[in-house]
Amino acid sequence: MTISLTPSPSLQPQGWLRYLSFSTDHKVIGLQYLVCGFLFYLIGGALAGAIRTELLTPISDFLPRETYNEVLTLHGTVMIFLWIVPVVNGAFGNYLIPFYVGARDMAFPRLNAVAFWLIPPAGLLLISSYFITGAAQSGWTAYPPLSITTPATGQIIWILSVLLLGGSSIFGGINFIATILKLRRPGLKLMQLPMYCWAMLGTSILVVLSTPVLAGTLVLLSFDIIAHTGFFNPALGGNAVVYQHLFWFYSHPAVYIMVLPAFGLVSEILPVHARKPLFGYTTMVYSILAIVFLGLIVWAHHMFTSGTPPWMRLFFTIATAFIAVPTGIKFFNWLATLWGGKISLNTAMLFCCGFIVNFVFGGITGVALAQVPFDIHVHDTYFVVGHFHYIVYGGTVFVIFASIYHWYPKVTGRLLNEPLGQLHFWLTFVGFNLCFAPQHWLGLNGMPRRVAEYDPQFTLINQFSSAGALLMALSTLPFLINVVMSAFNGAPAGDNPWNALTPEWLTSSPPPVENWVGEPPLVHEPYGYGQQPGQLNLDSTSGRELWAVGQSESS
Amino acid sequence: MSSITTTDHSETDHGHADHRLFGLATFLVADGMTFAGFFAAYLTFRAVNPLPDGHNYELELLLPTINTLLLLASSFTFHRAGAALRRSDHGLCQRWLLVTAALGFSFLAGQMKEYFALPFGLTDNLFASTFYAITGFHGLHVTLGGLMILIVWWQSRNGGRISVDNQFPLEAAELYWHFVDGIWVILYGILYLL
Amino acid sequence: MRIPPAILTLLTGMGLVLAGLWIGQNVNLLPVDASANAPVYDELFKVLFSIGTILFVGILGLLIYSLLRFRRRAGELGDGIAIEGNLPLEILWTAIPAVVVLFVGIYSYDIYDRMGGMTPLNDHSMHGMQAEQRTWGGISPVSFDGQEGLTPLPVDVTAMQFAFIFHYPDSNITTGELHVPVGQPVALQMKALDVIHAFWVPQFRLKQDVIPGQPTLLSFTPTRAGSYPIVCAELCGPYHGGMRSTVIVEEPDSFAAWVAKNSPNASVDTPVAVQS
Repeated sequence: MTISLTPSPSLQPQGWLRYLSFSTDHKVIGLQYLVCGFLFYLIGGALAGAIRTELLTPISDFLPRETYNEVLTLHGTVMIFLWIVPVVNGAFGNYLIPFYVGARDMAFPRLNAVAFWLIPPAGLLLISSYFITGAAQSGWTAYPPLSITTPATGQIIWILSVLLLGGSSIFGGINFIATILKLRRPGLKLMQLPMYCWAMLGTSILVVLSTPVLAGTLVLLSFDIIAHTGFFNPALGGNAVVYQHLFWFYSHPAVYIMVLPAFGLVSEILPVHARKPLFGYTTMVYSILAIVFLGLIVWAHHMFTSGTPPWMRLFFTIATAFIAVPTGIKFFNWLATLWGGKISLNTAMLFCCGFIVNFVFGGITGVALAQVPFDIHVHDTYFVVGHFHYIVYGGTVFVIFASIYHWYPKVTGRLLNEPLGQLHFWLTFVGFNLCFAPQHWLGLNGMPRRVAEYDPQFTLINQFSSAGALLMALSTLPFLINVVMSAFNGAPAGDNPWNALTPEWLTSSPPPVENWVGEPPLVHEPYGYGQQPGQLNLDSTSGRELWAVGQSESS
Repeated sequence: MSSITTTDHSETDHGHADHRLFGLATFLVADGMTFAGFFAAYLTFRAVNPLPDGHNYELELLLPTINTLLLLASSFTFHRAGAALRRSDHGLCQRWLLVTAALGFSFLAGQMKEYFALPFGLTDNLFASTFYAITGFHGLHVTLGGLMILIVWWQSRNGGRISVDNQFPLEAAELYWHFVDGIWVILYGILYLL
Repeated sequence: MRIPPAILTLLTGMGLVLAGLWIGQNVNLLPVDASANAPVYDELFKVLFSIGTILFVGILGLLIYSLLRFRRRAGELGDGIAIEGNLPLEILWTAIPAVVVLFVGIYSYDIYDRMGGMTPLNDHSMHGMQAEQRTWGGISPVSFDGQEGLTPLPVDVTAMQFAFIFHYPDSNITTGELHVPVGQPVALQMKALDVIHAFWVPQFRLKQDVIPGQPTLLSFTPTRAGSYPIVCAELCGPYHGGMRSTVIVEEPDSFAAWVAKNSPNASVDTPVAVQS
């Protein structure tokens, strides 16, 4: 089935130029997010390389100390606010959600374009601060009073760009909520939506509820810096810990803002390549909602050593540990999805499985970190650095790569090269684990985070970690070659190379401007793969045919 | 392909129903969370950080109370303007809008008067800073809302963009205005009465 | 004769649990323990390590088994089996993690209580605390009261960019290196002058932020003589990585000798800084 592209009545630029324009097409915006985010990922990766180079030796010899702190601040901010959040929400959300709800575009296309176009200027502003006056030096957490006493210009620029990025995120969140709740094709029920819609709904609720609190807090912080108020400045009668509460009220949910969409994407990719329905759809939905709720009430577990009262530590320990329950449900359901499938071990699948391994590891250390006495020893050490990267890199970034391998044929009509993809996966997987697994040991044995110099006994392990980082950097090369070469020379994919059932595959690849030439399809069973044992010939049926038979029988 | 059912005509096609008010309401939830963060910070400061000797939390109540009544009245008058528009009575609608704007700007004038009469400045103590930050942020909202009302007033003249068929700008401004009023009531309770 | 799969699964599970327990007990990832609460901490660590190993290896094994057993072989086109869910199974894997985290939570609460973390901090009978001064957080020495009849040794800690200064109010010694006797509880009363720092001794398994404007308390009983690093664990500026000091745990005799040698008995008003 090939649907030819109808000429678009749109006045917007066509061809590659539209990717540099104020396009309101959700697919264009999705790709803008993805490419822009990936460019910032390369910058953030270079910064990480500088950090790992500095840590090859126990003395501070590679970068000036102030520069090192600027680099670690920029690395965190770029990776979180300019790579993971925009890509896992903005890129895939914009590309997929209108397909999934059966719409032609997002609910507010112009707001959508505004939300994207806030990102490049904010990012460039942030990066430029390094060259103009020196970037912020207080870490991506910007704890006062340090952020008040370090050079003000860099810190103010940092606040400004984070505010812009937060605004972009809120606009995006509003758009996703309205699209999912209000733009569903008539006849499509909430409980029939693909799981990624639920993940994005939950994520967007978190964005809308928590990002404004960070924005308000950063405004107060900028008053402290510019106007010499004393909100968070103890020297002027303020309270530095209140900042931490407000900051983490956003920044803990921010972890779920980065991870929930990844959960959604995995739920889309696994059933397709395992040729089985997603196991336990209903419990998956409820576990997302439970994570959203719990995610909002666990922030103070980042502050167990900050002098919080004992009752607070107890409450936040229990609440945090309980997030493991809905998260565990999701992982067991994914394993059950694989069980009894016909799994094709392609690159998308490998990255998904890499995600499961890494995230289970990060989740286990996360439950340990939720325990106050455990946390008191390893808080603010490399143990936390390791744990966090297992969640956001081993978790989310692996899923971003899986999604690129899965949806590349949708976007370009061509397949990515498999051997290069497998090389990319294995380099990333080995490099990642070599880089971050030893950091847990470093933390347990006495290496604090955010240091340019350390006890010489940790030299060897740090060098292992840096070697892993080098492998991760190298792994980007096959990926880049693959993505660029396949765009021109990749094997033609057809419209639906995976025989997938979700609505984005039920149109041409690449899709026409308004997604479908005719009416949008009404997909009641996005995961209708699989066959009843003994019902049909096991070797020749695919999910769609079987599903079609079932549909006509029931109607 | 019976699996992919299609219906003949639906409202999802091209011009879908107007969801802008829903979007605005979502945005106001976000905006409300900013205030919630400020209130939480204020209450925590107040609970754990004592003010220096000679400073206290007392505020003059008369003017803010009048201001509260002005804002509440303006919510009512805005509602009347909307009702008039739905009856296509543009003249009455515009009059009510003018009254609303007048009430809003009187509120701002009262707020300025209070600022100049206050015995403390922005950086005098933690309470002063928080007080100015919260009321100032709210005042910014009122200013924006007042300007919106003026725009809506201009456009709701007979033959303007706003009519019984296109009520959205007025409804949006009204929703926003009620929100700003609601926030003020909470603010008044927490900052002045507590 | 074939062994039934159920038995095999059971045996694998039991083997996994035993292996996890063994690894948790015998693989040591922690530095030497030098305070009374370090062994308590290590106990918790071993439990968490065992549970974590069992879960991780179990899930990893299940994943690899699935990928191998259910992989698509050449020439196969069909789908897997259409199983959309199994409610009892899902209830099971909701209930088991819930029970495990509840157990871990209660257990770690108990550990924290034994470390003194849950005791009230603002007991005004304590040393060196003016009635006005509030302690905001930390681990209280109240839990040590009556323990072998030893009163805590008070030390005032001042953290600044980029050093810790220790002051012994009893003997009026000011030093850049912390000296403490084996076996006696120590109560650190900590304040910061500029930005947030954190006082961390990995061998004591203890850490407490030192926050300007909010004095905090940290108590411990050293149990093993030796010198251990004091590390600042909160980003505090360019020289954060260099903000380190040493805690020297000595036998009571040599500690007394150190106090006698350094105490400025002659001129009480001018504290002498001891070069470390």
